[in-house]
Amino acid sequence: MTEAQAPHLEEVEVTPWREYFSFSTDHKVIGIQYLVTSFVFYLIGGLLAELVRTELATPASDFVPRETYNELFTMHATIMIFLWIIPTLTGGFGNFLVPLMIGARDMAFPKLNAIAFWIIPPTSILLLCSFFVGPAAAGWTSYPPLSLMTNKAGEAIWILGVILLGTSSIMAGLNFLVTILKMRIPSMTLNDMPLFCWAMLATSALQLVATPVLSGAMVLLGFDLLVGTNFFNPAGGGDPIVYQHMFWFYSHPAVYIMILPAFGLISEILPVHARKPIFGYQAIAYSSIAISFLGLIVWAHHMFTSGTPDWLRMFFMIATMVIAVPTGIKVFSWVATVWGGKLNLCSAMLFGMAFVSMFVVGGLSGVMVASVPFDIHVHDTYFVVAHLHYVLFGGSVFGIYAGLYHWFPKMTGRMLNEFWGKVHFAMTFVGFNICFLPMHVLGLQGMNRRIAEYDPKFAALNVVCTIGSYILATSTIPFVVNAVWSWLAGPRANSNPWKGLTLEWTVPSPPPVENFEEDPVLAIGPYDYGTPKALDFVAATLAPAPALAADSLE
Amino acid sequence: MKVPTAILTLIIGILITLASLWVSQNNDVLLPIAAASEAAEIDRLFAAMMAIATGLFLIVQGALLYSLFAFRRKSDDQTDAEPVHGNVPLEIVWTAIPAMLVLWLGIYSFDVYQSIDSVGTMGSHNMAHQHGDMEQVADADAATMVTDQGQMPSGALSQAVATETVEPLQVNVDGLQYAWLFTYPDTGIISGELHLPVNRPVTLNITARDVIHAFWVPEFRLKQDAVPGQVTHLNFQPTEEGVYPVICAELCGAYHGAMKTRSIVHSGPEYQAWVDSQLVANTSRETVAQSVTASPLEHHAAAMGLPDHLHDPHQSDLAQAGHSHSAS
Repeated sequence: MTEAQAPHLEEVEVTPWREYFSFSTDHKVIGIQYLVTSFVFYLIGGLLAELVRTELATPASDFVPRETYNELFTMHATIMIFLWIIPTLTGGFGNFLVPLMIGARDMAFPKLNAIAFWIIPPTSILLLCSFFVGPAAAGWTSYPPLSLMTNKAGEAIWILGVILLGTSSIMAGLNFLVTILKMRIPSMTLNDMPLFCWAMLATSALQLVATPVLSGAMVLLGFDLLVGTNFFNPAGGGDPIVYQHMFWFYSHPAVYIMILPAFGLISEILPVHARKPIFGYQAIAYSSIAISFLGLIVWAHHMFTSGTPDWLRMFFMIATMVIAVPTGIKVFSWVATVWGGKLNLCSAMLFGMAFVSMFVVGGLSGVMVASVPFDIHVHDTYFVVAHLHYVLFGGSVFGIYAGLYHWFPKMTGRMLNEFWGKVHFAMTFVGFNICFLPMHVLGLQGMNRRIAEYDPKFAALNVVCTIGSYILATSTIPFVVNAVWSWLAGPRANSNPWKGLTLEWTVPSPPPVENFEEDPVLAIGPYDYGTPKALDFVAATLAPAPALAADSLE
Repeated sequence: MKVPTAILTLIIGILITLASLWVSQNNDVLLPIAAASEAAEIDRLFAAMMAIATGLFLIVQGALLYSLFAFRRKSDDQTDAEPVHGNVPLEIVWTAIPAMLVLWLGIYSFDVYQSIDSVGTMGSHNMAHQHGDMEQVADADAATMVTDQGQMPSGALSQAVATETVEPLQVNVDGLQYAWLFTYPDTGIISGELHLPVNRPVTLNITARDVIHAFWVPEFRLKQDAVPGQVTHLNFQPTEEGVYPVICAELCGAYHGAMKTRSIVHSGPEYQAWVDSQLVANTSRETVAQSVTASPLEHHAAAMGLPDHLHDPHQSDLAQAGHSHSAS
């Protein structure tokens, strides 16, 4: 914490708490609104997951009724995807960081930005209210005809919720695209942007292109459910496979919407704490764009057992495997960034390096399930459950935690406690692996997913998974206590506690309302560590402003 | 005495390779036994992928772990590290090697897919054609059966060359909440369990009555969705006698986890004995149909909104069965 109690601690305006409950158009307020709201839903989604794991601690269906079990995992996935990972990464970090990083005073469309956020609280409350009428229970994929037959009221609410959240996501995507392309300071070309902005550019394009198709699928499904049309209902001549195509046309890119911003965060965090330039800036930047494009043409790999024709299976297999190349470039570049650095192993860095480590596991199992003959065996098994959690928890959530530890000082003006941060990291890392690593074996051995009861021969490994999930749940306690305590009474942070070189570290912590007193001029590349210029830059960010310096002399 | 980096790299490379090879030879504990000819191919593919994955895993995790200890900042060192921005040859290498690996893996997977799919139709045909009422569905079904007859002989012919003119055993598979129904069109036997003779090719014609199910036998390594309004196919040849679970792998409702039955692979004479006993026991389709509807889950299926009027696509298959066989 020595760096935190840095030379000067200027008095900064702290945003009054009422501001966070208002229709504020300040991108920083909106960013924090997103982060806090979605973290609450992370806890709710996590609670649902613990109920699921508790049911699975024994082979018999003995903890909750079977119908309830299906509702639990359906809502767990829905909340984690639509109310936690996507809003946190794009809405939360995107909003807070993108304008600061490109030297803008706000987003391109501040009111649209506020609307996009304020769609979420009523929608999420609506979704939670569906527990009173029996929530959707057909899985987050909501395949018809099952979704047309179970818990109709809950399913209708679910469809409405997904359409509304999708609308919010489209608004945000449009806003980021325009902001990144049009609002950069004149001296910053695309190739001078921090890599998080590249990642957000790729993500926003995906949100804009893919989300409308999901909304379309939801409208048609809603008609089938409520009006009795037969778009997807085979009882009336509809085709349920068409729904799967429309659903996955969004929902596979959604995986990249959930991981690309995390890639961006990691590309920011590793160089700062390794005190070394990012390795292969352009390769990382352009691989985000490549992943974004390829992500649009791989959706049917979720349907290898759906009765898709052979040529389609082969096309989507090859396209999916090709994504491993740009993803591999990123992973190797991150490893090379860390290699030979001078690592400051703070909580942010530990989560950042664990992100690379865990994401590689998910990436490798991802290439395996892309192979059609192998996927025919493991599709819809716990192997896939393990794979997706290594990508979305080991990847996205570890990335989010790394980002929270890294930018908490900038967002709140306070430092988080490092000791409890490391406790949080250790528990998360251990709990996560105990929970999800055995699931690979379960799936290979023959345990299918979305089941409340299973063959007793899988009991031992399931107990291990459940214990891991309890450790994982417990690990959030030190984080929540640390975050709340530090926000209220943590040591003050200076404007650049990690000695970063991107523009957000040139303004006070927390940044003032309009971010920059005057338009900043790009003095240094975002990752030019190890140069004399970097020393000057960091010194300048830490130097007291003249007026304040005079005050402190008195 | 410092070991030169080149030698150290070589030794680490050899160790990683050995570890990968060991994993590729010793991963059979991860999978259930292979009970179909197709399963062995898929297991070899799995072993190859495990070898590559182990190598990459060890390289990345090893580099990260090494960095964690070797490159930790000294507490008194406030300077930055060496400003290395990249290394183009290195970047080309780690782009090209994964590109070649996935290309190879793609070709290999395609090859395996071709060989497990030798009879030709692992896909589906859509009987509903997205319009029409029940009558039209039946008509469309009849129409697609005609095209099937056009495909079957060539597929059967290539199979015949390989396996001494053994006609694949046809079994119609029906998924319904929450049971599997197996119909043998040759004999008219209807069973709740899948009985198969060992070492004879089998074609499963799979559909569903109500919602989407998925037919999965882990020991065969084969899975195929059962989609209402469509018939999908699985072709394979059981190679090991035994009793294996048949699992529904697509969420189909509250009792999805309980939707299980058995697949019993018999020796030839045993299978014939089973067929004979069934022919004596059930001569009419209706008796079994009644016993199925009397299942304890039935009241629940009604509560879930299971429509009882859904068309059974196999009925027309049954009607066409004799015709189809005369064609091949």
